[in-house]
Formats: sequence, structure tokens, C-alpha cells
Amino acid sequence: MIAEPDGPEDRLRRFATIWSRTVFPVTSTSLTRPEFEEQLLPLARRLSEILRAHGFDADEARQVGAALIDAHCTDPEALTRTLDCVDAYLVLYCGEDGPQDELRMRSSRIQHAMAAGFAQALRERTLAEQEAIAQAALRAQGVVAQALHASEARFRAVFEGAAIGIGIADLEGNVLQVNGALLRMFGGSEQTLRSRNVLEWAHPEDAPQTWRLYEELVRGEREHYHVEKAFNRSDGTVLWTNLTVSLLRDADGEPQYQLALMEDTTERRLLNLRLRYEATHDALTGLPNRTLFFERLEKALAAGEGQRFGLCYLDLDGFKTINDSLGHSAGDRLLVEVADRLQSCATAPGEMVARLGGDEFVALTTGAATQREVDDLADRIMNALVTPISIDGRELLVRGSIGIVEGPAGERTPAEVLRSADITMYRAKSAGGNRSELADPEADARAITRHGLTTALPAALDRGEFFIEYQPLVHLGDGSVRGAEALVRWLHPQHGVLGPDRFIPLAEHTGLIVPLGRWVLEESIRQAREWRERYGEDTAGGPLRINVNLSPCQLTHPGLVQDTVDILERTGVSPDALCLEVTESALIGADDDLLKPLRRLAEMGVDIALDDFGTGYSNLANLRRLPVSILKLDRSFTQSMQQFPADPVDLKIVEGIVTLAHSLDLAVTVEGVETGAQAEQLRILGCDTAQGWYYARPGPPERLHDLALVDATG
Amino acid sequence: MERPAWAPRSIDISVPSVSRIYDYYLGGSHNFEVDREAARKAMAHMPGLPKIMQANRAFMRRAVRHAAAAGIEQFLDIGSGIPTFGNVHEVAQQAHPGARVVYVDHDPVAVAHSDAVLEGNEHADVVAADLRKPQEILSSPQVERLIDLNQPVALLLVAILHFVEDADDPYGAVAQLRDALAPGSLLVLTHASYEGIPLPAERAEGAVDVYKDIRNPLIMRSRDEIARFFEGYDMVEPGLVPMPHWRPESAPEDEDPYAFSGFAGVGIAA
Repeated sequence: MIAEPDGPEDRLRRFATIWSRTVFPVTSTSLTRPEFEEQLLPLARRLSEILRAHGFDADEARQVGAALIDAHCTDPEALTRTLDCVDAYLVLYCGEDGPQDELRMRSSRIQHAMAAGFAQALRERTLAEQEAIAQAALRAQGVVAQALHASEARFRAVFEGAAIGIGIADLEGNVLQVNGALLRMFGGSEQTLRSRNVLEWAHPEDAPQTWRLYEELVRGEREHYHVEKAFNRSDGTVLWTNLTVSLLRDADGEPQYQLALMEDTTERRLLNLRLRYEATHDALTGLPNRTLFFERLEKALAAGEGQRFGLCYLDLDGFKTINDSLGHSAGDRLLVEVADRLQSCATAPGEMVARLGGDEFVALTTGAATQREVDDLADRIMNALVTPISIDGRELLVRGSIGIVEGPAGERTPAEVLRSADITMYRAKSAGGNRSELADPEADARAITRHGLTTALPAALDRGEFFIEYQPLVHLGDGSVRGAEALVRWLHPQHGVLGPDRFIPLAEHTGLIVPLGRWVLEESIRQAREWRERYGEDTAGGPLRINVNLSPCQLTHPGLVQDTVDILERTGVSPDALCLEVTESALIGADDDLLKPLRRLAEMGVDIALDDFGTGYSNLANLRRLPVSILKLDRSFTQSMQQFPADPVDLKIVEGIVTLAHSLDLAVTVEGVETGAQAEQLRILGCDTAQGWYYARPGPPERLHDLALVDATG
Repeated sequence: MERPAWAPRSIDISVPSVSRIYDYYLGGSHNFEVDREAARKAMAHMPGLPKIMQANRAFMRRAVRHAAAAGIEQFLDIGSGIPTFGNVHEVAQQAHPGARVVYVDHDPVAVAHSDAVLEGNEHADVVAADLRKPQEILSSPQVERLIDLNQPVALLLVAILHFVEDADDPYGAVAQLRDALAPGSLLVLTHASYEGIPLPAERAEGAVDVYKDIRNPLIMRSRDEIARFFEGYDMVEPGLVPMPHWRPESAPEDEDPYAFSGFAGVGIAA
């Protein structure tokens, strides 16, 4: 609508502009002022019409007042300003040329009606909004209550359905609520449980910190704690639990309740105890086993100053025979009876008996006076075995060997103590058994070395810890090197180079001598081939030969001939380059079976030497029967010739042996030649070859090269 | 023991609520005496507080119209409070009758009231959720039903971020929301600040303390700190400015001096 300047429309708009400018600052509308003016313009038009209407329409004026509320002019100041504006400008801009007094009167009535309409609308709006917000608050609370109810129902379900026991108590310890699982654990009714106070649940087995933790929690100094705890059930049995107690605080953080969660561990605990018993006791005899014994021994050895320990290590004599002849069941019954008797020997505090396995038992005594006690203990054990044991109507005489170790705590490890006891027991056994021996450090050391070497032997062969030294064999006639004796050595990682006397008996004992001997044979023959390849026939005495020792064990080994043949063929060395040395003692009383392999080898061209000749009691007549081509005189014959003049009797004996040997077509080699005089004497006596320090000590193969070359050129 | 996540907070209308206080500033009666008491206390320090709220509403109205004019038909209004008048859905649906609006508030009473107001409006809904947990907002059934995150969205954070303490990582929350929105989306934001308040800072602090007392601390941030909420978005002209200066439709000099408190801005996702 285009307003004619200063026409009624233009004047109406000017009124609306003034009105909106007056009221806008006190409205809370988000409209701009011009937009707000557009909102007021229709209201201004209505006011203008009411002003000039024939009759006064109070209702219409009230509606305009109410419309202000709809335009968000809710501040009473908006009404004041509106009325001021109407009062001052409505007649002026919208009265046109009407009678001023009537218009002013009409304006006043309009203002009253607008005020009433505004107030009415504001009241209604306020009430409606109050109603709306109250409803919203109620609904929100309903939603929260519903959610709370759902969450509480869920919590209830968790509480009731939980497999672990749950209980809530106040900070004084009064039990307020318990769940089904907890009831089932304790037995009895909810009523009896709820009438209790937590403090009544002390138990003799409570860990020392249990109630300190409780006090800290109820004082609010601790949020939770976890303990293993026992409870007495009403029926007198014990309930074991894993217990976690937590402090519950209110919204302001003040401690309010304690919440206990407990898991029934009674069964598990019993099972653990049984497993522990089974793990530490021998199933047959019920005695403590090796594990428990070691625990106790460890404890005894870790005891403080002034504390000592005494240990008897018992092994039954001849138990294997009983087991083999009467059967395992009889053997087991015997062990049970022995166990019972031993048990009665060690009843004092600090004493214990254990079965280590098989027929091995130990008795331990601890304290300050074990020096005396341990001997008494050993005596009691020996006495306990004196009475025969009746098994299946037989009276079996049981004897045992005891190794005793006694000493102060804090010096040795359990393993060291037990090893010493074991060694000592074996000493008692090898002294005939049915006795006790007291441990002795020197005897221990010897046994320990022997024991250590024995166990290290197999690995030593695998690891290549053995090597061979060669001692030249020299022809007494022309001084030329004819060959060498192979002597095996062990380069032990701890003990250094060991001679054969240290380990060959052990190797024979364990059977390792067979692979070891085979290795020596192979290595030596390979060396012989090397010499031959290098020097051919150039050495003065012809091709170099190799002497290898055979142990009695190897002699009886069925693979001897085949192994030797294989090695010779493989290396391409002819049999006559090899001489096998066998000790005289190994052939004493040898029958044909034993001699057969030697004979086979001799037929192939291998020389057989009779080593250490003269130390045994050889039947000289027997020499004919043996497939031997060389006698090696024991060094004891040559020892006396180191002085000059030599003992004439010795000379005669050697001369006799040489004559005898030669008459049987045997060559004679002498060992242990240490001086030139000796060598000369032996040459005169007719010996063929010699070895000894006079020529060379055993050494690496290269040394022999040098010696041989010296001979060849010199 | 911590309260389980599924156990809701109870509501206590004896504690003042910032959304009902806001309603009171805007002349509404959706409030209780405790709210009015807190509002009157704050106004004793800063009598012009209602003008700041009004300026917020006016800015929001202009920004929604700007968004609608840019073709945006989806609106996510977080911290919507008590709907009084000139609400986002009214403004937006005036421009696009099919415009979809989701309101979000963590005040259960505000949510219940919004629910009542929006009854029958199938293009608008309300979610009870917290700005500090943006994922709960984005994955709510209401957002999934009404908002297509592959299309541009106008995200409104009007007068809410100054109620989120730094410890609650408001920057992280806003970043998570920004990152969820498609290119062309708008971030519409206002924030309280000591900058622009026509009062000595000590007096403004009196009003800030009132909010601290009602356990809803008001966090005043500097312009630079507020600008960081737009990280990664381009600022729509005229940038981050006092509310009356943002695309005014009437002369800013006519505005109440309090209307210039704090900052308003709109950013656009590239």
C-alpha cells in the first residue's frame, strides 16, 4: 500500500513506527525492529479503527492488548510504553478530524481495555507455560523413574542371580542385605545372617592384616581390599572364600556402606591341599617325597648361625635281588615296612624321614646338636633293620648302607649335601654294606671327579675333545724310526689334558670304549696313511707303522675284525702297517673264541703285540698258541738298566726272554728307554725296537715327521 | 563404586537449570523460582543479560535463514534448551516446509518440553544427549531418521560451548562433529567472552560466579580460543564478530550495547 504523504495511511504508519521504536527495546523478540514494526502495523490499524468507530468495541481493544503478548512483549514495561504511546500519539495520528474530547475519552477507554487484555493474556500465557514446564518436569521425572526402575530391576537380577555371594553392611558392620548365593554359601536363613554383625566373623585362620584392612575401609581410608578368608558356618564346618570388600560412598563422597563380594573357594582349597600333599608325599609309603625333603633341607641349610644339619642317606643292600626273585609286589611291601620302621626312628621335632625313590631313603635332623644326634639317628636306623621282615611267610633279612653328612647351615647347597651323602653311602656299600660311613671331603672329591668324568665322556667324544699323541718306535740296530704308538688323550674343558689311565677304565666301565677305540683306530690309521703318502718308502726302516692299543672290552666286541678291515680298506692302508697291542693280562686264560678275531687279523697281516709282557703270570708255553708276533717288555725290566752297571740278574732275565721270543719268531720291543746307556745295553741283549723318552716323548704327528726325516738323511 | 552407565541421573527441579534461566531472560515462564532467583542474581551484576540472549536468538535466526538460503534443509541444534519462540524449526520450515530439524539437549526437562512442543511435527525431533559425547548424538535414532550425513547440515552450537569446561575437551567434541559432516555443511556458533561486554570485567565476573554456584560454570573464552572451534572450516563473511555485526538486517548502532558481548560466526565445510 502506497501511503499518500500525510494521508491517513501514512499517519498510521508513523504511529506504528513510534510505537515499535518505544517498545522494541523492552521486547524479547528475535525479529528486527522493522520486522517488529510490521507486526505492530495491523494492531495500530485496529486501534485506529476502534478509535474512530461509532460505538466502542472494548473486546477488540482487549484483543489488541492480548496480541502484544503473542508478539512476545511480555515485559510489563512493554505495556507501560505502549499505553504511553497510545495516550500521546493515537489521537494525534489516527484521530483525523474527529471531536478531540470524544477521541481522548475513547483513547482512555482503549488504554484500559488494552491493559486488561494484556494482563489477561499474560496471565494465561504464564499459567500455560508454568503448566507446560511442570508437565515437562513431571514427564522427565517419569522417564528417569522408569529408567531407574529398569536399572534397579537389572541390578536386582544381577544381585539375585549372581554366582558369587554379595552382601551389604553398614559401616558399623550390621548386615543389611545378602543375596541367594551368599545364603547358600553360609547355609542357614537370611534372618540369621542379617542379624549378624560383620565383626563376629573373625576366624582363627584370618591373616594378620584382615581386620586392619577392614578398619581402614570403614574409616573411609581405603576404597577396597581383597583377602582370602575363612568363615565358620552355623553347622560348624568352615567356609573358605576369596573376599573383596568395597566402600560405597554417597553422592557427596561420604562413606556409607560396605559391599562384600565373595567366592566360595572351600573345594578348591581342599583340592589344593590334597594336590599339595600328593605332590610332596610318596604314594607307596606315605613318606614325604624328594620334593618335600629338598624343601626341608633347603630350609635347614638356610637356617641362621649356630644351626646345623645331619643327614643319613640309606640304600638297602641287595634290594634288587629281592625285587627280582620275589616280585615287585613283595618288594613294595618290604619298602612299606622299612618306611614304617624308619618313621619310628625320626620322631623328634626337627627330624624327618623321606623316600627319595626306589630303595633310597633319607633321614634329616636339624638343630644345634646334630653332630651327636646324627650318629644316634644312624644307629637307630641300623637297629630298626635288624629284625627280619616277614613277607609271604618268608623272613627277609634287610640290610642297608648309610652315608652320613653333618655340618653347619649356610655352607653348602642341598644338591651338594645330597651328592656327598650319596658318595658316602656308596663308600659304605663298597666296603661291604650293612654299615654307615661319615662323609669325608677328600673321598668326596675323588668320587666327584670320577663321577664327573664318567658323565662327561659321551659328550666329549661327540665334541671332539679327544686327540692322539704319537711316540716313536725306534730300531735299536740302526736307530731308525720304524713307526709310532698311538696314545689317546682327553683335552677336558676343566681338567686340561688327561692321560688314558684317567679315563680308559671309566670308558671300559660305561662301554664307551668301543666307539672311542674305533675312533682311535681310524684316526691312527689315517695318520699312518698320511705318513706313507708323504714319505713313501723313503724312511730308513721302510714304511712307518702304527701301534694301536686294544682294550679287553674291544677284544670281545663282535665288530672288531669287521671294523678294522673296513677302516683299513677305507683308508687304503695295508694291514702290515698296523700293529694292535693287547695286554698280557687280557689274554690270560684266553680261549679259542677270544683268540679267533686276533688270529683272523694276524692272518690278514696285522701284527699283534703282547703289551706289558712280564707283569702277569703268563704261561710261557702258552705263547706258542697266541697269534702274537711281538712282545713288548714292561718298563719294569728296563728300569734297572738306567744305572751303570746294570743289575746282572735283570740282564739275564731280559736276555732269556729275548732268546725265548726270537726262538718263537717273535720280535721284542722295550718300553721306557730313558738313557743312551740303557739303549745300548738293550741293543746288546738283542732287543729289536725301543720306545721311551730317550728318543722322544709322545707328541703330535708332525714331530714324528721330523724324527723320521732326521733318520732318513742322517 | 562408580554409578553404572545405565543408571540415569535423577532430576532435581530444586536445582537451577541454564535452559530455564535462559527462558526467563527471554521473558518466558517456563521456569521455576530457583531459576528466576539465579537469573535475578546474575542480572544484578549484568542487567543487560537478556539483551545478550536476545541477540543470540536474533543471530541464530539470521544464520538459519542464511543456511536455508544456501539450500541447506537439515539442522542439528545442540543445546537447544527450552523452545520458546523463533525456534530453528519455525525459521527453517518457513523457508523450506520440509526442512528437518533435530534438537539436542542434556536437560531432561528441556527435552520433555521439546517433545511436547514438537508433537505432530514429523520433520523435527529431540534427542536427550550430551555435546561431550558426540558419538551418542550422531548415532541416535532421531539423527539417523531425520538427518542424512552425506548431505550438508547446519550444525548449531549457539550459546552452549561456554558451558563445556576444557577438561571435557570441547575442541575434541566439536572436531568429531565437524568431521562427521558433509562438504557444504555449516557450523553456526556463538560463545560468551569477556571481550565486548560493556562492563568492567570484575562486574561481569559476578555473573560468571552465579553460574559457578549453580554447578554450571560459564567458561569465558577469548576470540582466538573461540576461533579454534572452526578449525578446518572456512569462515563465512564477515567471520567471527560480535553478534550484531554478523550480516545485520537492521543498523547495528540501534542495538543494545550488551548485544556486542561475546562472538558469533558461521563456518563452512570445504
